[in-house]
Amino acid sequence: MAMILFLVVMVIIILAAAIYAILQKDLLYAVLATGVISVILSIFFYLLQAPDVAITEAAIGIALTTIIFIITIRNTTRDEDEYKENHVEKFNKKN
Amino acid sequence: MLKKYIIFALIAILGFYLASTFKEIPFGANRLGDLNDPETVSAFYLQKSPEDLHVANAITAIVVNFRGFDTLGEVTVLFLAVTGLTSILYRKEEEEDEEERLSIPSSSLVRTGAKILFPLILVLGMYVFIHGHLTPGGGFQGGAIIATGFLLMLITYKTFFTNHNVMTWLESIAGLGFVIAGLYGLIVYGSFLQNTAWTGNLNDLLSGGLIPLIYIFIGLKVGTELTSVLDILLNIKPRKK
Repeated sequence: MAMILFLVVMVIIILAAAIYAILQKDLLYAVLATGVISVILSIFFYLLQAPDVAITEAAIGIALTTIIFIITIRNTTRDEDEYKENHVEKFNKKN
Repeated sequence: MLKKYIIFALIAILGFYLASTFKEIPFGANRLGDLNDPETVSAFYLQKSPEDLHVANAITAIVVNFRGFDTLGEVTVLFLAVTGLTSILYRKEEEEDEEERLSIPSSSLVRTGAKILFPLILVLGMYVFIHGHLTPGGGFQGGAIIATGFLLMLITYKTFFTNHNVMTWLESIAGLGFVIAGLYGLIVYGSFLQNTAWTGNLNDLLSGGLIPLIYIFIGLKVGTELTSVLDILLNIKPRKK
């Protein structure tokens, strides 16, 4: 029973983090939310007796992907609206 | 507006066919069958990998031996991705302007901790890919763990640089080694990546024939490639505001 409760809470956190990552305009927080999804997914893979996949998810999903996105945000813009104003709308006007 | 309806219609068609396919598969049922008289391909793999190949981790046997050619393709895809990234983003350092990888210097606590953790992470990564045929994990996982170790040093120390020559050579030797191991099987036994006749004893470190060797090559290749990706990305200068 406690196990099922734990799993239900974890699934709710995954869904909440995914929706938060889509809606959040500050891209740094969105990337961190995807990192949270990876943490819980690697726990799930371990519980489903797939330790190989769990290790991959932990190393690549939590550490490398998050860091690569953070480096990209540092080199571009952190705010989604600002990016749209500066790039997308200018591009749309030109065409 | 019409676009949206077309998208919804496509999603509905895809969903219908996915659902009608998955409806056929009984969820959670044991479809493995008898291990001694394998009828399904999963039972075949589970029975063959300990008995014929003497590999304790069946996933490693599938990834490196039964589906070894696919793994070669995967490694090639990663190699091409890194080559493309490097050819677009790599710039030789100009002597005039200082490299500004870190805007804020790390505290001494972080620097000391990184120095202690770095060799431990490297040892863990090597352990994971050397013992790929015995314990969970393998080349890709071990390589990714090694890359996180290098990442820790790269974001902590301004003066830490990876040696590009060593990385290039290690990566090329690892890639060549994988192909040579495959060609060895082709020449001696008649099919690409065919395992050697000698496979050792189950649960020994030296068991599984060519499998540990190939996984060590994959580990080195993935580790150096991911490290060079991080190195290139971190050395781009931040855009001037």
